[in-house]
Amino acid sequence: MEVGVIMGREVRKMLNKKIVNIFLKYFILILMTAMFLFPLLFMLSTSVKSINEIFTKSFHLIPEVFHFENYANALKTIPYLKYAGNTLFITVLNVVGQLLISPMVAYSLSKVDWIGKRVVFVVLLSTMLLPYQVTMIPVYIIWHNLGLVGSYVPLILPAFFGYAFYIIILRQFFMTIPDSILESARIDGASEFRIYWNIMLPLCKPALISVAIFTFMFTWSDFLGPLIYLTKQDKYTLALGLQQYMSQHTVAWEQLMAASTMFTMPIIIIFFFAQRKFIEGVVTTGLKG
Amino acid sequence: MTKNKIKTNLYGLLFALPWIIGFFIFGLYPIFKSLYYSFTDFNVFMEPNWVGLDNYKDLFQDRLFYKSLSNTLFMTAIGTPVTIVFALICALVLNMEIKARSFFRTIFFLPSLVPIVAATLMWVWIFNPKYGLLNIILKGVGLKGPNWLADPLLTKPSLILIGLWTVGVPMVIFLAALQDVPRELYEAASMDGANEWRKLINITLPSISHIMLYQVILALINNFQYFTQAYVITGAGGGLNVASGGPANSILFYALYLYHNAFVYLKMGKASGMAWILFIITGIATWLIVKTYGGWGNYGKRGQKNAK
Repeated sequence: MEVGVIMGREVRKMLNKKIVNIFLKYFILILMTAMFLFPLLFMLSTSVKSINEIFTKSFHLIPEVFHFENYANALKTIPYLKYAGNTLFITVLNVVGQLLISPMVAYSLSKVDWIGKRVVFVVLLSTMLLPYQVTMIPVYIIWHNLGLVGSYVPLILPAFFGYAFYIIILRQFFMTIPDSILESARIDGASEFRIYWNIMLPLCKPALISVAIFTFMFTWSDFLGPLIYLTKQDKYTLALGLQQYMSQHTVAWEQLMAASTMFTMPIIIIFFFAQRKFIEGVVTTGLKG
Repeated sequence: MTKNKIKTNLYGLLFALPWIIGFFIFGLYPIFKSLYYSFTDFNVFMEPNWVGLDNYKDLFQDRLFYKSLSNTLFMTAIGTPVTIVFALICALVLNMEIKARSFFRTIFFLPSLVPIVAATLMWVWIFNPKYGLLNIILKGVGLKGPNWLADPLLTKPSLILIGLWTVGVPMVIFLAALQDVPRELYEAASMDGANEWRKLINITLPSISHIMLYQVILALINNFQYFTQAYVITGAGGGLNVASGGPANSILFYALYLYHNAFVYLKMGKASGMAWILFIITGIATWLIVKTYGGWGNYGKRGQKNAK
Protein backbone atom coordinates (compact mmCIF):
# COMPACT_ATOMS: atom_id res chain seq x y z
CA MET A 1 0.00 0.00 0.00
CA GLU A 2 2.82 2.35 0.98
CA VAL A 3 4.55 1.58 -2.32
CA GLY A 4 1.35 2.18 -4.25
CA VAL A 5 0.95 5.68 -2.76
CA ILE A 6 4.51 6.63 -3.63
CA MET A 7 4.11 5.35 -7.16
CA GLY A 8 0.84 7.20 -7.51
CA ARG A 9 2.54 10.39 -6.37
CA GLU A 10 5.36 9.89 -8.85
CA VAL A 11 2.96 9.28 -11.69
CA ARG A 12 0.93 12.33 -10.75
CA LYS A 13 4.11 14.41 -10.58
CA MET A 14 5.15 13.26 -14.04
CA LEU A 15 1.66 13.81 -15.36
CA ASN A 16 1.60 17.34 -13.93
CA LYS A 17 4.96 18.06 -15.50
CA LYS A 18 3.68 16.80 -18.82
CA ILE A 19 0.56 18.95 -18.62
CA VAL A 20 2.61 22.02 -17.76
CA ASN A 21 4.88 21.24 -20.71
CA ILE A 22 2.01 20.91 -23.14
CA PHE A 23 0.41 24.06 -21.79
CA LEU A 24 3.68 25.98 -22.14
CA LYS A 25 4.24 24.64 -25.65
CA TYR A 26 0.90 25.74 -26.96
CA PHE A 27 1.06 29.03 -25.07
CA ILE A 28 4.29 29.93 -26.90
CA LEU A 29 2.83 28.69 -30.17
CA ILE A 30 -0.31 30.78 -29.83
CA LEU A 31 1.66 33.85 -28.79
CA MET A 32 3.85 33.57 -31.88
CA THR A 33 0.88 32.86 -34.12
CA ALA A 34 -0.70 36.07 -32.84
CA MET A 35 2.48 37.99 -33.51
CA PHE A 36 2.64 36.84 -37.12
CA LEU A 37 -1.07 37.03 -37.79
CA PHE A 38 -2.18 40.22 -36.02
CA PRO A 39 -0.48 42.70 -38.34
CA LEU A 40 -2.15 41.00 -41.31
CA LEU A 41 -5.54 41.09 -39.59
CA PHE A 42 -4.96 44.76 -38.79
CA MET A 43 -4.31 45.39 -42.48
CA LEU A 44 -7.49 43.54 -43.47
CA SER A 45 -9.50 45.28 -40.77
CA THR A 46 -8.31 48.74 -41.82
CA SER A 47 -9.11 47.93 -45.44
CA VAL A 48 -12.84 47.59 -44.69
CA LYS A 49 -13.24 50.41 -42.17
CA SER A 50 -14.64 53.86 -42.78
CA ILE A 51 -12.23 56.78 -42.38
CA ASN A 52 -14.13 57.83 -39.28
CA GLU A 53 -13.73 54.47 -37.67
CA ILE A 54 -10.03 54.29 -38.47
CA PHE A 55 -9.42 57.51 -36.60
CA THR A 56 -11.45 56.85 -33.46
CA LYS A 57 -10.12 56.34 -29.98
CA SER A 58 -11.88 53.03 -29.42
CA PHE A 59 -10.35 50.26 -31.46
CA HIS A 60 -12.23 47.26 -32.83
CA LEU A 61 -10.57 44.65 -34.97
CA ILE A 62 -13.90 43.80 -36.55
CA PRO A 63 -15.41 46.99 -37.97
CA GLU A 64 -18.93 48.11 -37.03
CA VAL A 65 -19.92 48.39 -40.68
CA PHE A 66 -17.98 46.72 -43.47
CA HIS A 67 -16.97 49.20 -46.17
CA PHE A 68 -16.09 46.99 -49.09
CA GLU A 69 -16.34 50.01 -51.36
CA ASN A 70 -12.84 50.91 -50.11
CA TYR A 71 -11.60 48.29 -52.55
CA ALA A 72 -13.50 49.82 -55.45
CA ASN A 73 -12.28 53.28 -54.47
CA ALA A 74 -8.69 52.03 -54.23
CA LEU A 75 -8.96 50.87 -57.84
CA LYS A 76 -9.95 54.39 -58.88
CA THR A 77 -7.64 56.57 -56.75
CA ILE A 78 -4.63 55.29 -58.64
CA PRO A 79 -4.79 53.51 -62.02
CA TYR A 80 -4.58 50.25 -60.10
CA LEU A 81 -5.65 47.92 -62.88
CA LYS A 82 -3.25 49.52 -65.33
CA TYR A 83 -0.39 49.11 -62.85
CA ALA A 84 -1.48 45.54 -62.17
CA GLY A 85 -1.40 44.86 -65.92
CA ASN A 86 2.06 46.39 -66.21
CA THR A 87 3.31 44.32 -63.29
CA LEU A 88 1.81 41.16 -64.72
CA PHE A 89 3.37 41.82 -68.13
CA ILE A 90 6.86 42.21 -66.67
CA THR A 91 6.36 39.26 -64.34
CA VAL A 92 5.13 36.82 -66.99
CA LEU A 93 7.98 37.65 -69.35
CA ASN A 94 10.48 37.19 -66.51
CA VAL A 95 9.02 33.77 -65.77
CA VAL A 96 9.21 32.84 -69.47
CA GLY A 97 12.82 34.00 -69.74
CA GLN A 98 13.86 32.24 -66.59
CA LEU A 99 12.18 28.96 -67.59
CA LEU A 100 13.72 29.10 -71.04
CA ILE A 101 17.31 29.79 -70.05
CA SER A 102 18.05 28.80 -66.45
CA PRO A 103 17.34 25.05 -66.90
CA MET A 104 19.60 24.98 -69.96
CA VAL A 105 22.48 26.43 -68.00
CA ALA A 106 21.73 24.16 -65.05
CA TYR A 107 21.78 21.15 -67.41
CA SER A 108 25.17 22.14 -68.75
CA LEU A 109 26.50 22.52 -65.20
CA SER A 110 25.16 19.22 -63.93
CA LYS A 111 24.80 16.65 -66.69
CA VAL A 112 27.16 17.60 -69.52
CA ASP A 113 30.73 16.60 -68.81
CA TRP A 114 32.58 19.50 -70.39
CA ILE A 115 35.78 21.29 -69.42
CA GLY A 116 34.24 24.61 -68.32
CA LYS A 117 31.70 23.03 -65.98
CA ARG A 118 33.53 23.54 -62.68
CA VAL A 119 34.89 27.01 -63.43
CA VAL A 120 31.55 28.34 -64.61
CA PHE A 121 29.80 26.92 -61.54
CA VAL A 122 32.28 28.47 -59.12
CA VAL A 123 31.98 31.86 -60.84
CA LEU A 124 28.19 31.51 -60.80
CA LEU A 125 28.19 30.78 -57.07
CA SER A 126 30.45 33.72 -56.32
CA THR A 127 28.17 36.14 -58.17
CA MET A 128 25.60 35.40 -55.45
CA LEU A 129 27.85 37.33 -53.07
CA LEU A 130 28.10 40.35 -55.35
CA PRO A 131 26.13 43.33 -53.99
CA TYR A 132 23.56 44.68 -56.46
CA GLN A 133 24.92 48.19 -55.99
CA VAL A 134 28.30 47.31 -57.52
CA THR A 135 26.87 46.68 -60.97
CA MET A 136 23.81 48.93 -60.66
CA ILE A 137 25.29 52.14 -62.09
CA PRO A 138 27.21 50.76 -65.11
CA VAL A 139 24.23 48.59 -66.06
CA TYR A 140 22.01 51.66 -65.83
CA ILE A 141 24.44 53.53 -68.08
CA ILE A 142 24.31 50.69 -70.63
CA TRP A 143 20.50 50.95 -70.82
CA HIS A 144 20.71 54.74 -70.82
CA ASN A 145 23.09 54.73 -73.78
CA LEU A 146 20.77 52.35 -75.63
CA GLY A 147 17.90 54.77 -74.96
CA LEU A 148 15.99 52.10 -73.06
CA VAL A 149 15.66 53.72 -69.64
CA GLY A 150 11.93 54.26 -69.12
CA SER A 151 11.03 51.13 -71.06
CA TYR A 152 10.43 47.63 -69.70
CA VAL A 153 13.44 46.17 -71.50
CA PRO A 154 15.91 46.61 -68.58
CA LEU A 155 13.42 44.82 -66.32
CA ILE A 156 12.80 41.92 -68.69
CA LEU A 157 15.77 41.20 -70.94
CA PRO A 158 18.23 40.21 -68.14
CA ALA A 159 15.90 37.31 -67.24
CA PHE A 160 16.69 35.82 -70.65
CA PHE A 161 20.30 35.33 -69.56
CA GLY A 162 19.32 33.29 -66.49
CA TYR A 163 19.85 34.15 -62.82
CA ALA A 164 22.45 32.40 -60.70
CA PHE A 165 19.98 31.77 -57.89
CA TYR A 166 17.55 29.81 -60.08
CA ILE A 167 20.32 27.99 -61.91
CA ILE A 168 21.58 26.73 -58.55
CA ILE A 169 18.13 25.46 -57.54
CA LEU A 170 17.72 23.65 -60.85
CA ARG A 171 21.24 22.25 -60.87
CA GLN A 172 20.62 20.82 -57.40
CA PHE A 173 17.53 19.06 -58.69
CA PHE A 174 19.16 17.86 -61.92
CA MET A 175 21.93 16.21 -59.91
CA THR A 176 19.37 13.84 -58.40
CA ILE A 177 18.42 12.44 -61.84
CA PRO A 178 20.47 9.27 -62.43
CA ASP A 179 23.07 9.54 -65.20
CA SER A 180 22.11 6.09 -66.46
CA ILE A 181 18.87 7.43 -67.94
CA LEU A 182 20.77 10.01 -69.96
CA GLU A 183 23.58 7.59 -70.87
CA SER A 184 21.24 5.10 -72.47
CA ALA A 185 19.70 7.87 -74.56
CA ARG A 186 23.19 8.99 -75.58
CA ILE A 187 24.08 5.46 -76.66
CA ASP A 188 20.88 5.38 -78.71
CA GLY A 189 22.29 8.38 -80.54
CA ALA A 190 19.96 11.07 -79.20
CA SER A 191 21.44 14.54 -79.47
CA GLU A 192 22.26 16.46 -76.29
CA PHE A 193 19.47 18.90 -77.03
CA ARG A 194 16.90 16.12 -77.47
CA ILE A 195 18.00 14.51 -74.20
CA TYR A 196 17.60 17.85 -72.47
CA TRP A 197 14.26 18.68 -74.00
CA ASN A 198 12.57 15.26 -74.13
CA ILE A 199 14.00 13.53 -71.07
CA MET A 200 15.45 16.04 -68.64
CA LEU A 201 12.80 18.76 -68.63
CA PRO A 202 9.78 16.45 -68.18
CA LEU A 203 11.57 14.74 -65.27
CA CYS A 204 12.29 18.07 -63.61
CA LYS A 205 8.82 19.60 -63.65
CA PRO A 206 8.71 20.09 -59.85
CA ALA A 207 11.92 22.12 -59.91
CA LEU A 208 10.71 24.14 -62.89
CA ILE A 209 7.53 24.93 -61.01
CA SER A 210 9.43 26.20 -58.00
CA VAL A 211 11.59 28.41 -60.22
CA ALA A 212 8.46 29.78 -61.88
CA ILE A 213 6.94 30.55 -58.47
CA PHE A 214 10.10 32.21 -57.16
CA THR A 215 10.45 34.32 -60.28
CA PHE A 216 6.83 35.34 -60.11
CA MET A 217 7.12 36.37 -56.46
CA PHE A 218 10.34 38.30 -56.81
CA THR A 219 9.36 40.13 -59.97
CA TRP A 220 5.84 40.87 -58.77
CA SER A 221 7.20 42.43 -55.57
CA ASP A 222 10.37 44.02 -56.96
CA PHE A 223 10.83 47.66 -56.05
CA LEU A 224 14.38 48.85 -56.77
CA GLY A 225 14.37 47.78 -60.42
CA PRO A 226 11.16 49.61 -61.37
CA LEU A 227 12.20 52.57 -59.20
CA ILE A 228 15.36 53.04 -61.21
CA TYR A 229 14.08 52.25 -64.68
CA LEU A 230 10.45 53.34 -64.85
CA THR A 231 10.32 57.08 -65.24
CA LYS A 232 6.80 57.62 -66.59
CA GLN A 233 3.81 57.11 -64.31
CA ASP A 234 1.74 55.20 -66.86
CA LYS A 235 4.42 52.51 -66.91
CA TYR A 236 4.55 52.07 -63.14
CA THR A 237 4.25 48.71 -61.44
CA LEU A 238 2.11 48.17 -58.35
CA ALA A 239 5.12 48.30 -56.04
CA LEU A 240 5.81 51.85 -57.24
CA GLY A 241 2.15 52.85 -57.49
CA LEU A 242 1.28 52.09 -53.86
CA GLN A 243 2.99 55.24 -52.66
CA GLN A 244 0.49 57.31 -54.62
CA TYR A 245 -2.11 56.73 -51.92
CA MET A 246 0.00 59.07 -49.85
CA SER A 247 0.00 62.74 -50.55
CA GLN A 248 1.94 65.46 -48.80
CA HIS A 249 -0.33 65.61 -45.76
CA THR A 250 -2.81 62.79 -45.81
CA VAL A 251 -2.71 59.09 -46.34
CA ALA A 252 -5.80 57.19 -47.49
CA TRP A 253 -5.01 54.34 -45.11
CA GLU A 254 -8.19 52.37 -45.79
CA GLN A 255 -7.52 52.45 -49.53
CA LEU A 256 -3.81 51.82 -49.12
CA MET A 257 -4.53 48.73 -47.01
CA ALA A 258 -7.16 47.55 -49.51
CA ALA A 259 -4.67 48.00 -52.35
CA SER A 260 -1.92 46.24 -50.37
CA THR A 261 -4.27 43.33 -49.76
CA MET A 262 -5.08 43.07 -53.46
CA PHE A 263 -1.38 43.40 -54.29
CA THR A 264 -0.51 40.52 -51.95
CA MET A 265 -3.38 38.23 -52.96
CA PRO A 266 -1.88 36.68 -56.13
CA ILE A 267 1.19 35.57 -54.20
CA ILE A 268 -0.87 34.09 -51.37
CA ILE A 269 -3.05 32.22 -53.86
CA ILE A 270 -0.05 30.78 -55.68
CA PHE A 271 1.49 29.89 -52.34
CA PHE A 272 -1.54 27.90 -51.27
CA PHE A 273 -1.67 26.02 -54.55
CA ALA A 274 1.98 25.10 -54.56
CA GLN A 275 2.89 25.30 -50.92
CA ARG A 276 4.91 22.10 -50.73
CA LYS A 277 6.90 22.81 -53.87
CA PHE A 278 7.52 26.29 -52.68
CA ILE A 279 8.86 25.36 -49.25
CA GLU A 280 10.94 22.55 -50.75
CA GLY A 281 12.42 25.09 -53.14
CA VAL A 282 13.35 27.48 -50.35
CA VAL A 283 14.88 24.64 -48.41
CA THR A 284 16.98 23.20 -51.25
CA THR A 285 18.53 26.56 -52.01
CA GLY A 286 19.16 27.22 -48.37
CA LEU A 287 20.48 23.83 -47.38
CA LYS A 288 22.64 22.88 -50.27
CA GLY A 289 23.07 26.06 -52.30
CA MET B 1 36.07 9.30 -79.11
CA THR B 2 37.87 12.64 -79.36
CA LYS B 3 35.24 13.82 -81.79
CA ASN B 4 32.64 12.95 -79.19
CA LYS B 5 34.61 14.81 -76.55
CA ILE B 6 34.70 17.93 -78.71
CA LYS B 7 30.99 17.62 -79.32
CA THR B 8 30.27 17.29 -75.60
CA ASN B 9 32.39 20.34 -74.86
CA LEU B 10 30.61 22.32 -77.53
CA TYR B 11 27.20 21.34 -76.19
CA GLY B 12 28.21 22.16 -72.64
CA LEU B 13 29.40 25.59 -73.68
CA LEU B 14 26.36 26.18 -75.88
CA PHE B 15 23.93 25.39 -73.05
CA ALA B 16 25.78 27.59 -70.58
CA LEU B 17 26.39 30.36 -73.11
CA PRO B 18 23.39 32.59 -72.27
CA TRP B 19 24.49 32.87 -68.66
CA ILE B 20 28.15 33.35 -69.61
CA ILE B 21 27.24 36.19 -71.99
CA GLY B 22 24.96 37.67 -69.32
CA PHE B 23 27.76 37.43 -66.80
CA PHE B 24 30.06 39.45 -69.04
CA ILE B 25 27.43 42.11 -69.83
CA PHE B 26 25.72 42.43 -66.44
CA GLY B 27 28.49 41.22 -64.14
CA LEU B 28 32.14 41.39 -65.06
CA TYR B 29 32.09 44.45 -67.32
CA PRO B 30 30.00 46.56 -64.88
CA ILE B 31 32.27 45.60 -61.95
CA PHE B 32 35.30 47.11 -63.64
CA LYS B 33 33.33 49.91 -65.21
CA SER B 34 32.12 51.02 -61.79
CA LEU B 35 35.71 50.97 -60.53
CA TYR B 36 36.58 53.26 -63.44
CA TYR B 37 33.60 55.55 -62.80
CA SER B 38 34.66 55.87 -59.16
CA PHE B 39 37.73 57.79 -60.36
CA THR B 40 35.68 60.15 -62.52
CA ASP B 41 33.25 63.02 -62.27
CA PHE B 42 30.22 61.69 -64.07
CA ASN B 43 26.58 62.82 -64.24
CA VAL B 44 25.22 60.51 -67.01
CA PHE B 45 24.72 63.35 -69.49
CA MET B 46 28.35 64.25 -70.01
CA GLU B 47 31.33 62.02 -70.63
CA PRO B 48 33.09 60.81 -67.46
CA ASN B 49 35.90 63.14 -66.50
CA TRP B 50 38.93 61.62 -64.74
CA VAL B 51 39.45 63.14 -61.29
CA GLY B 52 41.70 60.57 -59.64
CA LEU B 53 40.96 59.99 -55.97
CA ASP B 54 38.69 63.02 -55.55
CA ASN B 55 35.51 60.98 -55.05
CA TYR B 56 37.11 58.92 -52.31
CA LYS B 57 38.53 62.06 -50.64
CA ASP B 58 35.08 63.59 -50.85
CA LEU B 59 33.52 60.50 -49.29
CA PHE B 60 36.00 60.33 -46.43
CA GLN B 61 35.15 63.93 -45.53
CA ASP B 62 31.41 63.46 -45.96
CA ARG B 63 29.55 63.42 -42.66
CA LEU B 64 26.58 61.65 -44.25
CA PHE B 65 28.82 58.93 -45.65
CA TYR B 66 29.92 58.03 -42.11
CA LYS B 67 26.37 58.37 -40.86
CA SER B 68 25.07 55.97 -43.50
CA LEU B 69 27.93 53.58 -42.79
CA SER B 70 27.26 53.53 -39.06
CA ASN B 71 23.50 53.13 -39.59
CA THR B 72 24.21 50.15 -41.81
CA LEU B 73 26.72 48.68 -39.38
CA PHE B 74 24.03 48.90 -36.70
CA MET B 75 21.68 46.88 -38.89
CA THR B 76 24.35 44.28 -39.66
CA ALA B 77 25.78 44.05 -36.14
CA ILE B 78 22.46 44.09 -34.24
CA GLY B 79 19.91 43.16 -36.90
CA THR B 80 21.72 40.10 -38.26
CA PRO B 81 22.15 38.18 -34.98
CA VAL B 82 18.71 39.18 -33.67
CA THR B 83 17.04 38.00 -36.89
CA ILE B 84 19.01 34.75 -37.10
CA VAL B 85 18.34 33.88 -33.44
CA PHE B 86 14.65 34.69 -33.85
CA ALA B 87 14.44 32.55 -37.01
CA LEU B 88 16.06 29.71 -35.09
CA ILE B 89 13.66 30.11 -32.16
CA CYS B 90 10.67 29.99 -34.54
CA ALA B 91 12.11 26.87 -36.17
CA LEU B 92 12.68 25.25 -32.75
CA VAL B 93 9.11 26.05 -31.75
CA LEU B 94 7.80 24.49 -34.97
CA ASN B 95 10.07 21.49 -34.46
CA MET B 96 8.52 20.64 -31.08
CA GLU B 97 6.12 17.74 -30.93
CA ILE B 98 3.01 19.66 -31.86
CA LYS B 99 -0.20 18.93 -33.66
CA ALA B 100 -0.87 20.63 -37.01
CA ARG B 101 2.77 21.60 -37.56
CA SER B 102 2.30 22.46 -41.22
CA PHE B 103 -0.62 24.72 -40.32
CA PHE B 104 1.53 26.73 -37.92
CA ARG B 105 4.41 26.73 -40.37
CA THR B 106 2.11 28.29 -42.96
CA ILE B 107 1.00 30.97 -40.49
CA PHE B 108 4.59 31.81 -39.53
CA PHE B 109 5.55 31.97 -43.20
CA LEU B 110 2.59 34.01 -44.41
CA PRO B 111 4.03 37.47 -43.63
CA SER B 112 7.11 36.69 -45.74
CA LEU B 113 4.88 36.49 -48.80
CA VAL B 114 3.70 40.09 -48.51
CA PRO B 115 5.59 42.25 -51.04
CA ILE B 116 8.16 44.27 -49.16
CA VAL B 117 6.65 47.63 -50.15
CA ALA B 118 3.19 46.59 -48.98
CA ALA B 119 4.62 45.12 -45.77
CA THR B 120 6.56 48.29 -45.03
CA LEU B 121 3.59 50.59 -45.64
CA MET B 122 1.48 48.32 -43.45
CA TRP B 123 4.04 48.64 -40.66
CA VAL B 124 4.15 52.42 -41.07
CA TRP B 125 0.45 52.24 -40.25
CA ILE B 126 1.00 49.81 -37.37
CA PHE B 127 3.67 52.15 -35.96
CA ASN B 128 1.29 55.10 -36.16
CA PRO B 129 1.60 56.69 -32.70
CA LYS B 130 -2.14 57.28 -32.18
CA TYR B 131 -4.09 54.79 -34.26
CA GLY B 132 -1.54 52.07 -34.98
CA LEU B 133 -1.91 48.51 -33.72
CA LEU B 134 1.31 48.50 -31.70
CA ASN B 135 0.48 51.48 -29.53
CA ILE B 136 -3.13 50.31 -29.16
CA ILE B 137 -1.78 47.06 -27.69
CA LEU B 138 0.68 48.93 -25.48
CA LYS B 139 -2.13 51.16 -24.29
CA GLY B 140 -4.16 48.05 -23.55
CA VAL B 141 -1.53 46.93 -21.05
CA GLY B 142 -1.22 50.43 -19.62
CA LEU B 143 1.90 51.64 -21.41
CA LYS B 144 2.27 54.83 -23.39
CA GLY B 145 3.64 53.90 -26.79
CA PRO B 146 6.31 56.11 -28.34
CA ASN B 147 6.30 57.68 -31.79
CA TRP B 148 8.24 54.84 -33.34
CA LEU B 149 9.21 56.25 -36.70
CA ALA B 150 9.81 59.82 -35.55
CA ASP B 151 12.27 59.09 -32.77
CA PRO B 152 15.82 58.69 -34.16
CA LEU B 153 16.60 56.18 -31.41
CA LEU B 154 13.66 53.94 -32.33
CA THR B 155 13.66 53.99 -36.12
CA LYS B 156 16.27 51.28 -36.58
CA PRO B 157 14.84 48.95 -33.91
CA SER B 158 11.45 49.43 -35.60
CA LEU B 159 12.97 48.28 -38.88
CA ILE B 160 14.49 45.26 -37.17
CA LEU B 161 11.04 44.44 -35.84
CA ILE B 162 9.66 44.48 -39.40
CA GLY B 163 12.51 42.12 -40.30
CA LEU B 164 11.49 39.72 -37.51
CA TRP B 165 7.98 39.63 -38.86
CA THR B 166 9.24 38.55 -42.30
CA VAL B 167 11.62 35.89 -41.01
CA GLY B 168 9.99 33.06 -43.00
CA VAL B 169 12.77 32.07 -45.36
CA PRO B 170 15.59 31.47 -42.84
CA MET B 171 12.96 29.95 -40.53
CA VAL B 172 11.90 27.17 -42.91
CA ILE B 173 15.52 26.51 -43.81
CA PHE B 174 16.40 26.08 -40.14
CA LEU B 175 13.33 23.92 -39.66
CA ALA B 176 14.40 21.59 -42.45
CA ALA B 177 17.91 21.44 -41.02
CA LEU B 178 16.51 20.60 -37.57
CA GLN B 179 14.47 17.79 -39.02
CA ASP B 180 17.61 16.39 -40.63
CA VAL B 181 19.39 15.99 -37.28
CA PRO B 182 19.51 12.23 -36.60
CA ARG B 183 17.06 11.16 -33.88
CA GLU B 184 19.54 8.64 -32.44
CA LEU B 185 21.75 11.49 -31.23
CA TYR B 186 18.95 12.82 -29.03
CA GLU B 187 18.01 9.35 -27.80
CA ALA B 188 21.60 8.62 -26.82
CA ALA B 189 21.84 11.96 -25.04
CA SER B 190 18.60 11.29 -23.17
CA MET B 191 19.98 8.00 -21.93
CA ASP B 192 23.04 9.85 -20.68
CA GLY B 193 20.67 12.09 -18.74
CA ALA B 194 21.17 15.27 -20.77
CA ASN B 195 18.43 17.93 -20.39
CA GLU B 196 16.84 19.86 -23.26
CA TRP B 197 19.27 22.77 -22.95
CA ARG B 198 22.33 20.54 -23.12
CA LYS B 199 20.85 18.78 -26.15
CA LEU B 200 20.37 22.13 -27.87
CA ILE B 201 23.93 23.25 -27.17
CA ASN B 202 25.70 19.95 -27.75
CA ILE B 203 23.69 18.33 -30.52
CA THR B 204 21.31 20.68 -32.32
CA LEU B 205 23.50 23.75 -32.78
CA PRO B 206 26.64 21.88 -33.93
CA SER B 207 24.53 19.81 -36.33
CA ILE B 208 23.10 22.84 -38.08
CA SER B 209 26.14 25.11 -37.80
CA HIS B 210 26.99 24.93 -41.51
CA ILE B 211 23.46 26.05 -42.38
CA MET B 212 23.81 28.75 -39.75
CA LEU B 213 27.01 30.00 -41.37
CA TYR B 214 25.32 30.21 -44.76
CA GLN B 215 22.31 32.05 -43.29
CA VAL B 216 24.52 34.50 -41.38
CA ILE B 217 26.44 35.36 -44.55
CA LEU B 218 23.21 35.83 -46.54
CA ALA B 219 21.65 37.99 -43.81
CA LEU B 220 24.81 40.04 -43.59
CA ILE B 221 24.92 40.73 -47.32
CA ASN B 222 21.21 41.58 -47.31
CA ASN B 223 21.63 43.96 -44.39
CA PHE B 224 24.52 45.72 -46.08
CA GLN B 225 22.16 46.35 -49.01
CA TYR B 226 19.23 47.38 -46.82
CA PHE B 227 17.22 49.77 -48.98
CA THR B 228 13.56 49.31 -49.85
CA GLN B 229 12.09 49.58 -46.33
CA ALA B 230 14.08 52.72 -45.59
CA TYR B 231 13.25 54.26 -48.95
CA VAL B 232 9.54 53.61 -48.50
CA ILE B 233 9.48 54.96 -44.94
CA THR B 234 11.41 58.12 -45.75
CA GLY B 235 9.15 58.62 -48.77
CA ALA B 236 6.03 57.98 -46.69
CA GLY B 237 6.65 61.06 -44.57
CA GLY B 238 6.20 63.51 -47.41
CA GLY B 239 6.88 64.11 -51.07
CA LEU B 240 8.30 61.44 -53.35
CA ASN B 241 11.82 61.42 -54.71
CA VAL B 242 13.14 63.71 -52.04
CA ALA B 243 16.45 62.52 -50.74
CA SER B 244 15.66 61.99 -47.08
CA GLY B 245 17.29 59.90 -44.42
CA GLY B 246 14.43 59.89 -41.93
CA PRO B 247 14.50 61.65 -38.55
CA ALA B 248 18.05 62.89 -37.86
CA ASN B 249 19.17 60.75 -40.82
CA SER B 250 18.74 57.74 -38.55
CA ILE B 251 17.68 55.46 -41.39
CA LEU B 252 19.95 56.91 -44.04
CA PHE B 253 21.45 53.51 -44.86
CA TYR B 254 24.44 52.97 -47.07
CA ALA B 255 22.46 51.70 -50.05
CA LEU B 256 19.95 54.53 -49.65
CA TYR B 257 22.65 57.22 -49.59
CA LEU B 258 24.30 55.53 -52.56
CA TYR B 259 20.97 55.69 -54.40
CA HIS B 260 20.56 59.38 -53.50
CA ASN B 261 24.03 60.15 -54.84
CA ALA B 262 23.47 58.20 -58.05
CA PHE B 263 19.89 58.96 -58.99
CA VAL B 264 18.94 62.13 -57.11
CA TYR B 265 22.18 64.16 -57.18
CA LEU B 266 23.46 62.35 -60.31
CA LYS B 267 26.91 62.01 -58.74
CA MET B 268 27.57 58.69 -60.46
CA GLY B 269 31.31 58.80 -59.74
CA LYS B 270 30.84 59.28 -56.02
CA ALA B 271 28.12 56.62 -55.93
CA SER B 272 30.40 54.20 -57.77
CA GLY B 273 33.09 54.86 -55.17
CA MET B 274 30.56 53.99 -52.49
CA ALA B 275 29.64 50.81 -54.38
CA TRP B 276 33.26 49.70 -54.44
CA ILE B 277 33.76 50.45 -50.76
CA LEU B 278 30.62 48.36 -50.08
CA PHE B 279 32.03 45.59 -52.27
CA ILE B 280 35.27 45.53 -50.28
CA ILE B 281 33.51 45.69 -46.89
CA THR B 282 31.12 42.81 -47.68
CA GLY B 283 34.02 40.81 -49.09
CA ILE B 284 36.08 41.27 -45.92
CA ALA B 285 33.09 40.63 -43.64
CA THR B 286 32.21 37.40 -45.46
CA TRP B 287 35.82 36.23 -45.35
CA LEU B 288 36.07 37.02 -41.63
CA ILE B 289 32.90 35.08 -40.83
CA VAL B 290 33.95 32.07 -42.85
CA LYS B 291 37.35 32.17 -41.12
CA THR B 292 36.07 32.49 -37.56
CA TYR B 293 33.11 30.15 -37.89
CA GLY B 294 34.97 27.71 -40.11
CA GLY B 295 36.14 25.44 -37.32
CA TRP B 296 32.71 25.41 -35.74
CA GLY B 297 31.03 24.48 -39.03
CA ASN B 298 33.43 21.59 -39.62
CA TYR B 299 32.76 20.29 -36.17
CA GLY B 300 29.09 20.13 -37.03
CA LYS B 301 29.69 18.28 -40.27
CA ARG B 302 31.91 15.76 -38.52
CA GLY B 303 29.23 15.25 -35.91
CA GLN B 304 26.72 14.40 -38.60
CA LYS B 305 29.09 12.03 -40.35
CA ASN B 306 29.76 10.15 -37.15
CA ALA B 307 26.08 9.75 -36.64
CA LYS B 308 25.63 8.02 -39.97
